[in-house]
Amino acid sequence: MRQVNLSVNIAGVTWKNPVTTASGTFGSGKEFGEFVDLNKLGAVTVKGVAAEPWKGNNAPRIAETYGGMLNSVGLQNPGADYFMEEDIPFLRQFDTKIVVNLCGHTVEEYCAVAEKLSEADVDLFELNISCPNVSAGGITFGTDPKMAERVVKEVKKVAKKPLIVKLTPNVTDITEIARAAASGGADGLSLINTLLGMRIDIKKRKPVLANKVGGFSGPAIKPVAVRMVYQVAKAVDLPIIGMGGISTWEDAIEFIMAGATGVAVGTANFANPFATVEVAEGIERFMEENNIMDLSEIRGIID
Amino acid sequence: MKQMIWAEILENRPLTGDIFSMVLSVGPMAKEAKAGQFVNVYTGEGAHLLPRPISICEIDEEKETLRLVYQVVGKGTERFSQMTEGQEVQVLGPLGNGFFLPEGEGRHILVGGGIGVPPMVELAKRLQGQVDVYVGARSNPVLLDRLEEVGATVHVATDDGSVGFHGNVVQLMEHDGAKGDDLFACGPKIMLRFVTEWALKNNIRPQVSMEERMACGIGACVGCVVKIQKQGEQDWQHLKVCKDGPVFYGDEVIWE
Repeated sequence: MRQVNLSVNIAGVTWKNPVTTASGTFGSGKEFGEFVDLNKLGAVTVKGVAAEPWKGNNAPRIAETYGGMLNSVGLQNPGADYFMEEDIPFLRQFDTKIVVNLCGHTVEEYCAVAEKLSEADVDLFELNISCPNVSAGGITFGTDPKMAERVVKEVKKVAKKPLIVKLTPNVTDITEIARAAASGGADGLSLINTLLGMRIDIKKRKPVLANKVGGFSGPAIKPVAVRMVYQVAKAVDLPIIGMGGISTWEDAIEFIMAGATGVAVGTANFANPFATVEVAEGIERFMEENNIMDLSEIRGIID
Repeated sequence: MKQMIWAEILENRPLTGDIFSMVLSVGPMAKEAKAGQFVNVYTGEGAHLLPRPISICEIDEEKETLRLVYQVVGKGTERFSQMTEGQEVQVLGPLGNGFFLPEGEGRHILVGGGIGVPPMVELAKRLQGQVDVYVGARSNPVLLDRLEEVGATVHVATDDGSVGFHGNVVQLMEHDGAKGDDLFACGPKIMLRFVTEWALKNNIRPQVSMEERMACGIGACVGCVVKIQKQGEQDWQHLKVCKDGPVFYGDEVIWE
């Protein structure tokens, strides 16, 4: 039997397989390195990094929901300097690509972190204009096409790495934002970030999260994510990293058939630390069993 | 080293209406575990996908078992309570830092409130010297006999006065004139705060085991944070209960 080709090309960077991690669910890879062989992942997408350290939101930040969870971490991170000193050297020991998720409150902050990390040994940038848990920046750029286009355009001017733009599902028409990111110069798109959600503790008569609302993720959101990847793949001609509720290889194949080139495992990492590698191995098995030599044979095959 | 294993349930029985004792066969994980650490127990159903962090009550290195004493507070723990001997659960551990144990003999104050009592059993076993355990509960405290069996002197306070002192555990410590070289506490946040105040007033540096809503249990999600201002540092930071804790020095916690 011929060897199947799992490799994919994302904005000019070749990944050995389509599987990465959803930012914020895998730390910087260290935490999961004890459980999975990071060499088996196409890429590791690290937790959001800002130019300066961020403290994030108050606890409680986590609430479980039926088939999913809410979080309101608020992009707590130790900043770009720490990331460059500690996390990049760790990840570079492995044969996997590094995607760094960039966050900011303003266009200037996004540009600052992109500029700083342009000098670092990373492979791709993922511009986080879709986090629902920060009051300024984040999602406010991701829900307005004009602002999305502007921030992408400005970051592109300073970024020396291919730029993936991460989209929020909390919009009326995600293809509109996707087109705006494309015309701003995005080299690829990733979607979806979390859906804005809420839970109330009926005994205390209070929201469960200190931040009141938070990002909804996990298996429960998968149909929404597949639908949005499908719509965006039809609307723009950019590589897509699909995510939103992927827990198994079957889920990943759905996203690829909807039009995704890469697939990211997120919340499933919390329920099963081995999920990423299981998804990668499952995709390979599926290809062998179905005589699929290259993922392009099934990518975006849904009309 | 953390391990993810399938552990056989050797025992799972109620101690009171909603507090259960589960003994798990965990193999070499038992040797790795320390007092004050916890394990993640997985529900095995997609609807409730996050693991449940449960503190370790007792460790038996020879039999390679861990005893978990847990309260049924929701769907996940309810499911655990319905499991029977011979069944297996998926367990990740040991997690967290555990208590920092003093060397040599000494006089130790242990304070457990509600479902914060279980980790005091293993701690009492590992400390040398006089161990006084102050137990606080609304009513019907658990593990009192077991604490005595392992050599601790047990003092009890209940909110309703049904057992022991009528009042809270800090009032009892004040009333008894509790004395010790060190202090270890686990329980509700409000109790830990008052225990910390009591300890500092009595020139004891308290170790408190904190609890917070958690997702991964291994430091990746950054969900379970508490505000900590380390001695000598200018500013507080959000540290992770699962990885930097659950045990912190009470004087470094920013209580709010």
